[in-house]
Amino acid sequence: MRRFALIAVPYIWLLALFLVPFLIVFKISLSDIALARPPYMPQFSWADGVWDFLSQLDLENFTFLASDDLYWKAYLSSLKIALTSTVITLFVAYPIAYGMARAPQEWRPTLMMLVILPFWTSFLIRVYSWMGILSNEGFLNQFLLGIGAISEPLTILNTNSAVYIGIVYTYLPFMILPIYAALDRLDASLIEAAEDLGCSRLQAFWLVTIPLSKNGIIAGSFLVFIPALGEFVIPSLLGGSGTLMIGKVLWEEFFNNRDWPVASAVAVVLLLILIIPIVLFQRNQQKQSEEES
Amino acid sequence: MPASVFAPWNDPSEKPLIRFRNVTKRFGDFTAIDDLSLDIFEREFFALLGPSGCGKTTMMRMLAGFESPSDGSIELAGQDIVSVPPNKRAVNMMFQSYALFPHLTIWDNIAFGLRRDKRPKLDIADRVEEMLKLTRLEKFARRKPHQISGGQRQRVALARSLAKAPKLLLLDEPLGALDKKLRQDTQFELMDIQEKTGTTFVIVTHDQEEAMTVASRVAVMDEGRLIQVATPDAIYEAPNSVYVADFIGDVNIIAGIASSTGPGRYKIAWREDQAPFVAMSDKPFSEGAECYLAIRPEKVQISAQKPDEAANTVQGTVLDIAYLGNISTYIVELANGTQIKAQIANTRRISNRSFTWEDTVWLSWSDTAGILLDG
Repeated sequence: MRRFALIAVPYIWLLALFLVPFLIVFKISLSDIALARPPYMPQFSWADGVWDFLSQLDLENFTFLASDDLYWKAYLSSLKIALTSTVITLFVAYPIAYGMARAPQEWRPTLMMLVILPFWTSFLIRVYSWMGILSNEGFLNQFLLGIGAISEPLTILNTNSAVYIGIVYTYLPFMILPIYAALDRLDASLIEAAEDLGCSRLQAFWLVTIPLSKNGIIAGSFLVFIPALGEFVIPSLLGGSGTLMIGKVLWEEFFNNRDWPVASAVAVVLLLILIIPIVLFQRNQQKQSEEES
Repeated sequence: MPASVFAPWNDPSEKPLIRFRNVTKRFGDFTAIDDLSLDIFEREFFALLGPSGCGKTTMMRMLAGFESPSDGSIELAGQDIVSVPPNKRAVNMMFQSYALFPHLTIWDNIAFGLRRDKRPKLDIADRVEEMLKLTRLEKFARRKPHQISGGQRQRVALARSLAKAPKLLLLDEPLGALDKKLRQDTQFELMDIQEKTGTTFVIVTHDQEEAMTVASRVAVMDEGRLIQVATPDAIYEAPNSVYVADFIGDVNIIAGIASSTGPGRYKIAWREDQAPFVAMSDKPFSEGAECYLAIRPEKVQISAQKPDEAANTVQGTVLDIAYLGNISTYIVELANGTQIKAQIANTRRISNRSFTWEDTVWLSWSDTAGILLDG
């Protein structure tokens, strides 16, 4: 009985806070827009009966998403931005994680602390402060103008570059930590063994270090890719009018157009797209824990 | 008479394969290796033996190329290898942790070094199969290291390090992770493989029994210095110092004052109330010199009556008996409190043994049983 109660807690949690809200959103996505409060039809009432209610639901909004190229362009653009920033994050994070794992033992807690430290400040404030750094009169441009590296201020804010910078900055710790965990477990004698058997430093890195940190790389990439795909705050604060991301489209449908059914359809499709990497991520984690046991 | 005994170290015309010349290695203030010179010959099975922290692992790592000496030179087949990186040395190492690549199969682990040489694919396959056969691992070729037992992993590590046919194979505590029975079997296997391949082996170990079993010569080290380099029997029978005598096997050490009683014959006064011991020694001792008499327990006889013809006899009571199955060690306390160990083979069943606790017994040994040391 106690065991059942223990298992039940996460399931009830998921049911109440994920499945039920999802079903509500899914139901709205099958409804029609209406000038009412809430702004969609039909509303369920016991008087009309379940059948009558269900028969009014249709897939109209989904066909609309497919017909208007704004949406699939936004999905594709989001995929592209999420994918690119994941790759950039990986290239930035790997050397940092490698350096941490190779650092003297007494330094590691401090380095780890420095990686986690940004979380102590609100994410929103940190993204806002990037506006101050990247804007035309911002710190970066003033610094570069000051040292004479450029003569005209660079336009970074309100472009896709600012979005990449924002995503890479925000999600860097999620990439560093799993890679660091993998590299930290790596037995240093494996690298020596590879060199002893004729590898150069670079070959040993490529043939031993990279394959053995593969699970960390995969875990980190998913941890960055999944939230980056639906990212809303970073593109809306740092991106420009040309930055097309599905999170922004979703927000506009809800709050500007007040078209809840279409917005819900966008959200449902986004979730379906995200399920693929989430399932892959879960499989990777499972495989990893099986290998360790 | 055997055609020739393998003893290149006695032949001045033999060129050593490895030559340490005045090698010193310092880590900060700590001197790990202190002005050490050593020759190791081809086809030798050479053991570096010593307690942990004596510098034996540093010696091995310098041979592999992971450390370079602070001073002095190391030659391999006549060439100074100090500046040669590990991946360019014809030296392979078997790591204490085995360091098998967990993401590769046994087959790929063994092929790893061969592939780095850019050999033709068929050659690699042939060589790997040969190594699998040598180490009896054919059945496990497709498994990953975590799917096989500790003993099998040890053999994979050996096969991998032998695959490139190195001039010199280094073994860092190769049998440390195995249980005793498996360790003994593997020791003979190692000797067998060493003989078959004709590779020079240098083994690092803290286990004196292991060193004695496998090695053609043993170097006993302490605090970065070589204390004695000799064949196992010479190390055991003729240790050059109390340290070596005490480190290798069991020994009774009796301190005394030497005085000559004839050519190569000495009297050792060790207690005022006891008759002096008599011992032969090739090494000269000056009159009144401080000395130590080292006697192995198995060379001490134990009897109920005082033996007539023995050179050295003392009386005492049995304080303790350590029963080891095939042999028993008797710890006998003399009247003045000195304890002497005597070892006897248990040729009779335990219930019939002649002596028990508190028995008064006589210990005796001949004048050639002990060895006289000066410190």
